[in-house]
Amino acid sequence: MPELTYRNALRAALTEEMARDESVVLLGEDIGVYGGTHLITQGLLDRFGAKRVIDTPIAEGGFTGAAIGMAMLGLRPVVEMMTWNFSFLASDQIIQNAAKLRYFSGGQVGVPIVIRGPNGGGVQLSAQHTHSLENLYGHFPGLKVVSPVTPYDVKGMMLTAIRDPDPVIFLEAGALYGTKGEVPEEEYTVPFGKARVAREGKDVTLISYGRQVNLLLRVAERLATEEDVQAEVIDLRSIRPFDEETIVASVKKTNRAVAVQEQWRFFGVASEVAAVIQERAFDYLDAPVERVSGAEVPAPYARNLEEAAFPSEQQVIDAAHRVLYREG
Amino acid sequence: MATSAARAAERGAAGSGEIPAETQLRIYETMVLARRLSERLLQLQRAGIVPLAVPCDGHEAIQVGSALAMPRERTIVYPYYRSLAAVLAYGMTPLDLVLGFYAKRDDPSTGGHQMPGHYSRRDLNIVTTSSVVGTQLVHAAGAAYAAKVRKSGQVAITYIGEGGTSEGDFHEALNFAAIHKLPVLFVVENNQYAISVPLTKQMAVANVADRAAAYGMPGVIVDGNDAEACYLATRDAVARALAGDGPTLLEAKTYRLAPHTSDDDDRGYRPLEEIAMWRRERDPVPRFAATLEARGLLDEAGTAAIAARVRAAIDDATARAEASPDPDPADIHIPVFSTPEVPGRTQ
Ligand SMILES: Cc1ncc(C[n+]2csc(CCOP(=O)(O)OP(=O)(O)O)c2C)c(N)n1
Ligand SMILES: [Mg+2]
Repeated sequence: MPELTYRNALRAALTEEMARDESVVLLGEDIGVYGGTHLITQGLLDRFGAKRVIDTPIAEGGFTGAAIGMAMLGLRPVVEMMTWNFSFLASDQIIQNAAKLRYFSGGQVGVPIVIRGPNGGGVQLSAQHTHSLENLYGHFPGLKVVSPVTPYDVKGMMLTAIRDPDPVIFLEAGALYGTKGEVPEEEYTVPFGKARVAREGKDVTLISYGRQVNLLLRVAERLATEEDVQAEVIDLRSIRPFDEETIVASVKKTNRAVAVQEQWRFFGVASEVAAVIQERAFDYLDAPVERVSGAEVPAPYARNLEEAAFPSEQQVIDAAHRVLYREG
Repeated sequence: MATSAARAAERGAAGSGEIPAETQLRIYETMVLARRLSERLLQLQRAGIVPLAVPCDGHEAIQVGSALAMPRERTIVYPYYRSLAAVLAYGMTPLDLVLGFYAKRDDPSTGGHQMPGHYSRRDLNIVTTSSVVGTQLVHAAGAAYAAKVRKSGQVAITYIGEGGTSEGDFHEALNFAAIHKLPVLFVVENNQYAISVPLTKQMAVANVADRAAAYGMPGVIVDGNDAEACYLATRDAVARALAGDGPTLLEAKTYRLAPHTSDDDDRGYRPLEEIAMWRRERDPVPRFAATLEARGLLDEAGTAAIAARVRAAIDDATARAEASPDPDPADIHIPVFSTPEVPGRTQ
């Protein structure tokens, strides 16, 4: 199977869908001649023209709202947020409009829109460019929220997103655009609402999504080689719909779980994971579910502070030791 | 329908009058300092020593000209990320700025918390702004409102690029400021590009200043590469503000001579010949030097002395920043809240 970067897998998905479906249009800042500040849309202006690849003014609320209007009238817009952090300016359009129009119109109006862009931290840009917004957007009924980490999933889930009749919040792992993985040449889709077992194990379940999945895989490798502990790693992939079954099945096997997120502890995705486990696998647990989260600060800029603000391998290993009663 | 002459009158003429010789020289030296520091920071980034540089090259005339025309003690400044030259003119030192680009503990703007280019020094009334473009304009309007209510005699000035004026905050700030006749200047540095996006894709009007009429304030256009014109236009707008006549929108037509930031490759979206032409024919720094020479205020020896002082100041700032300590991760929670308590359980 050919290897593609996360970036190129994403571009391949956009290109294939635009070629297949004329109603797909792209909007965003610097996505035309520039090819996007992360080069996701490179070459698409030349191939599909300025009517379908629209460089917008710097007005996130405005162009997201315009895209919602386009979606109501038969187009399938894919909106690029230069970073998800700028979506706060469009959050009224996303939350108050896109998420509610189908319901509030009694099913008459759908909004088949995809909003995509880099999410999360790790590239030293500090808090206003670093938020990880899974829990925020995952909170609102009417939005589908996904956070793929592999090039395979990013392509397959983007096809699913564009074809979905409802608004999709597509949160890309911005720090991983250059990472490679196998991506088939033939068309395939990856469904929403299905978590992925990224590594099988029997001793403890480690759960996350997005960039942190790679951290968990490194931790699992260390636990295996250094301590002969077999960790199972679950990549949620999709935050809404949320795959409870895969989590519950794994915890029934391992009896121990650590949920990891880049966001802050309070009201985060890891809290949701912990709640689902205690609701549905309480009798199987041998230890309280642990959460590992970001430090309770706006993500700082200086490299050493930024590193201290995000979950580390050691924090996850310590949490795994706690649920395994292997402390000290 | 208004004729263009009437529209120009509505807009208000760009300023007139004389500038003291000493001030002219100060403008020039600050412009040179800004240019050389901006160049040095980009070099340091290219050498892998600092993570990011945000050049101001080409914007020195409007930034320094406007800053030195403000009544310093009474001015509240809301800069933007390209305001390197402006904040030097408002009193920040090269060391203050370099510490920020090195993300050091003693960086006065942010202590390594925020990205560099988000300048702040409370004692100079330079107020930090957001990375999210446009928000500083509404803050400046609010600060001007506070100044008015408290009868502090202060005036606010804020800066933004032409691209940023597409955000709602620009319109909301101007509207609010005009309704309340606030003492505030909105300076738009129109360099014709917002990263790669040219003016024609940003707005359908030829001038940002044309919009001022819609809010009920003068919109003044100035040659942003003419330091003297920038100074005089600002001085007039300040006089209006302090007389209680309300805000002014000042549009400076200029050009960015460097990439957007060190992350940008500008060769793909601007003709090389366009950049070369602006550098050759309209660069505000040599242009102002020529003006001062023609007036007999500057000669070869004077230029060399300024260049030497500037180089020494930048070398010193760089050496001291390099040797200064990084932030301490043990203090990571300070100052999220006014009291250094961590909410909830720590990990
Ligand atoms: C709300 C928001 N959207 C997008 C960006 C990304 N961004 C940063 S600077 C910039 C271009 C701004 O151009 P302009 O206002 O013309 O100022 P210039 O950089 O040319 O001085 C963009 C799009 C941002 N920081 N904030
Ligand atoms: Mg600009």
